[in-house]
Amino acid sequence: MANNEANHNKHIISSDDVVHVAALARLELSEDEVELFTSQLGVVLDYATVISAVDTTDVTPCSHPLPLQNVLRADEPKPGLNRQDVLAQAPLVEDGRFRVPPILGGVP
Amino acid sequence: MTAAASKSRPILPSGWEMVVGLEVHCELRTQTKLFCSCKNIFGDEPNTNICPVCLGLPGSLPVLNSHAVELAMLVGFALHCEIRPSIFHRKNYFYPDMPKDYQITQYDEPINVNGYLELSDGTRVRIERAHLEEDTGKTIHVGELGASGRIHQAQWSCVDYNRAGVPLLEIVSMPDIRSALQARAYVSELRGILLATNSSDAKMEEGSLRVDANVSVRRVRDQDESSADGELGTRCEIKNLNSLRSLVRAIDYEATRQVALLESAQEVVSQTRHWIEDEGKTLSLRSKEEAFDYRYFPEPDLLPLAPGLDWQKEVVSDLPPMPQERRDALANLVKEALGDDASLKDQVALLVELGLDTLATEAISSGADPRIVINRLSNEAPADHQAACRLDPKNFTALVVMEKNEQLTPTQAKAVLVEMLKSEDEPLKIAQRLGFETLGDQDLSAVVLQVVAEHQVEWSRYVQGEQQIAQFLVGQVMKLTKGRADGAKVVRELNKLGASENIEK
Amino acid sequence: MGARALAGRIRSGEVSALEVIDNCLAEISKRDSTIHAFVHVAYEKAREEAKEIDAKIAAGEDPGVLAGVPVALKDNLCTKAAPTTCSSKILENWVPPYDATVVTKLKAAGAVIVGKTNMDEFAMGSSTEHSAFGPTLNPRDTSRVPGGSSGGSASAVADGMVTLALGSDTGGSIRQPASFCGVVGIKPTYGSVSRYGLVAFASSLDQIGPLAGNVDDATMLLEVVSGWDPLDSTSLQRPSFILDSVSREGVKGIKVGILNELVDLVDNEVATQVRKAADLLDSEGAAVEDVSMTSIGWGIPAYYLIASAEASSNLSRYDGVRYGLRVEGANATLMNSFTRAKGFGAEVKRRIMLGTYALSAGYYDAYYAKAQKIRTLIIQDFQRVYERFDALLAPTTPSVAFLLGEKLTDPLAMYLSDICTVPSSLAGHPAMNIPFGTASGGLPVGIQIMAPALGEASMLKVAKTLEQASQGGFQ
Repeated sequence: MANNEANHNKHIISSDDVVHVAALARLELSEDEVELFTSQLGVVLDYATVISAVDTTDVTPCSHPLPLQNVLRADEPKPGLNRQDVLAQAPLVEDGRFRVPPILGGVP
Repeated sequence: MTAAASKSRPILPSGWEMVVGLEVHCELRTQTKLFCSCKNIFGDEPNTNICPVCLGLPGSLPVLNSHAVELAMLVGFALHCEIRPSIFHRKNYFYPDMPKDYQITQYDEPINVNGYLELSDGTRVRIERAHLEEDTGKTIHVGELGASGRIHQAQWSCVDYNRAGVPLLEIVSMPDIRSALQARAYVSELRGILLATNSSDAKMEEGSLRVDANVSVRRVRDQDESSADGELGTRCEIKNLNSLRSLVRAIDYEATRQVALLESAQEVVSQTRHWIEDEGKTLSLRSKEEAFDYRYFPEPDLLPLAPGLDWQKEVVSDLPPMPQERRDALANLVKEALGDDASLKDQVALLVELGLDTLATEAISSGADPRIVINRLSNEAPADHQAACRLDPKNFTALVVMEKNEQLTPTQAKAVLVEMLKSEDEPLKIAQRLGFETLGDQDLSAVVLQVVAEHQVEWSRYVQGEQQIAQFLVGQVMKLTKGRADGAKVVRELNKLGASENIEK
Repeated sequence: MGARALAGRIRSGEVSALEVIDNCLAEISKRDSTIHAFVHVAYEKAREEAKEIDAKIAAGEDPGVLAGVPVALKDNLCTKAAPTTCSSKILENWVPPYDATVVTKLKAAGAVIVGKTNMDEFAMGSSTEHSAFGPTLNPRDTSRVPGGSSGGSASAVADGMVTLALGSDTGGSIRQPASFCGVVGIKPTYGSVSRYGLVAFASSLDQIGPLAGNVDDATMLLEVVSGWDPLDSTSLQRPSFILDSVSREGVKGIKVGILNELVDLVDNEVATQVRKAADLLDSEGAAVEDVSMTSIGWGIPAYYLIASAEASSNLSRYDGVRYGLRVEGANATLMNSFTRAKGFGAEVKRRIMLGTYALSAGYYDAYYAKAQKIRTLIIQDFQRVYERFDALLAPTTPSVAFLLGEKLTDPLAMYLSDICTVPSSLAGHPAMNIPFGTASGGLPVGIQIMAPALGEASMLKVAKTLEQASQGGFQ
């Protein structure tokens, strides 16, 4: 039993998982950070087992605390932002556009 | 594409069939974007139709455009879909043209499900879903491009967010399509429906209609053409199809590629491939290590959408007749007058596609000759079919009547119609302005006599039965009358003269 | 002096708005070098705004109910004139091109925005130690944290630098610092205050609310900023709150439940104050009774999974393309990854990782979907309880303000300090902190009052009663 518990965190999230998740989230992590997050996220996820034991059969997931629906607006144009103001905040601009390094892998 | 060519064109070796499903993205024709009040307009200066919402600025929130919902329902009705309560999800992935680095889209609870689209040959392609989502911005790739303009060779990219947040309807078919030409017919018919409902510009060249094809191949089990319940092969998604021509070429290429792989005992890898038009082939551009996991979850900034029956009824009452219905109606009208004539089928389809069928119907109903109506509208009107759609039916009918009564020759009638597309004048006035007043029969006889006198050699050959020379003589008459003569009448006149000469002999 | 009285004196010309603002700015420049409640003080802009108020008064125009009253804004509320950083390096130099709806409403009411307050980066934290610009200290004891994430707003009010402040509360970020600093803090019903212009942490939980020195001021600020906003789909289509006179009606006949699970869980000195508050309400005519909610213990895991999942998506936009920090890379993917690695602090990264994991293929059902179902069960549990009660009483925090650095290296311990506040957040219900007595070291203890959706009136009646008793020496 004690052994199982000791190994529990390792089973919840591995350092490979952390590397995979960091890639999904576009976060460049150092090896130290991978190690730290693996152990810290393991502890937090382990605490989440408090709810995994709760019977939620036939329970509807709640994504909204409000019972509202059909919130719509009329199709009427309104003035937007001034291009100069917006581009002034951008890290790099070219010909009225936002410039970025080349994109790998093409269109998703 | 002629009917004969579309019937059978063996692309795959015998024993194989292709299975194709299409995902069509169309930009909805609204005044504003899907979630903000910026203008939805094509071709403006980059980054001029942007606001905190469509630029994904921190703190901004989406609010759903009611007209986009109405157009989605309208197309849903036209495609015989069920309208369902729906919710929006976030599809998470990083891409510079996506301001929030997630796309708001409908996932497992879309607004339209379970419809179908009937092709003109009667084939039904089932529609799995037609859902709302926001468009991305537009990226241009700068730097040294290969001949094909491929993205991974770019040195940097630049993004314009005018298109970001424009409402899209993604229409997903079931894999019911069995040939590239059928795929083409599906897209044409869908385009007709989008235009008929005025829900989209549906221009492939401007990107307001975009098609992705899911292609797989399988062995045909028996002589029967296809077995609908058969297992599907591994499919590839083909993107970057910018025209109907690309669509046909890409599907044929991809299916052939897959058969070649399978026949040489290799596997088809499920992947997204890009059609490279210049090279005439599909290529996988995504690097293998790139992670794929869209992490869909319900969009917390938006609430569920559940259009009530009253609203649905109001929308459906705006549903105009669909292209198939209109083709049948016009074809029936023409058939009553002219009987079955297969050659008219393509022209009828063209008039419906151009939206000129209403004009044709009105003209024919007010007594204009059906064949002339169909000919004029399918030959002369397409050059400027938007102007043609604005033609006054009374004026158009008057023109056809003038041609029928031989007040105008066909050549003159064509010229008058071209002018009518430019101005709103009556055809009679235009004919007079162009000097097309009718050539009297006596005047015509005089000109014919003059031509005969001036071209004795040709005339005697004609009289001796050399029919081909008639063309030359008619041409001479046309020259002298500046095109005012009616070709058929000239031939009649020549024959009359020739007959009397033979009698004299 | 209360906000209403202050605005009254300014409007009557007893004192000019400029004098009030100058005093306020002087206090800030004197005291904030120690406390570090502010990340930006609008010295010039605030004086200009004060002059405009004075000009309006001189011209006989209505300057608004908050005329000339200094207000501090948590730095996750967009302000057109001032930087909005969320205490993050990634937004260090960002100046929004638009005002949040609450900012527009404050300006229309004549309030003067004197500055932007420090916070845990992107509101992720319970101590304000996770600010990229250094921690804020608790004015009651500068060796301790002010709580978080609205720690800057709470300490600015507690230290008397401003009369009013706005914060945001996702899982307790207004109530917990209010408790640690001994001020009033309200998290209103989800949807009653527009979120337009509030930089999102967790969209289905975030709510803007007031922090103030007393119930009346907090109520007044809530009235001003509440009300339907067509720019926020989740905003309730109802007018602004009118609560001021209602809150004075007393608690006679009001049914108040004491949440056993939470009282049993917290430090003794905190539990003692809750029991005292219950007795007081009983003596004032409320019907007080103990109540149990089995779902309370599920709040923390459900909250951290849902909030982190939403956050992981909300924070994707900080990619170095359109605004904020960029660290160059050979391609867009590397540029994104370097930018985010440098721009985000450890806690933000941790939550993004947790949330991404909870949503990722293979784990969605076990974590995110499960948490959403638990959320449903918590809401149902509250519904059951609110059939019998108008309001619930509980501690706001498990302990009084903890020491700087005490929980910084133990994320779970930090997360658990939100255990009392997350249940109402998950339900979208209103809840508030009211200071009620002190613990042995003289540190303030906070009582949390919760109510069902739009039950702000009963919540404030209870708060007002407890406040009057506190001021009257009952403790």
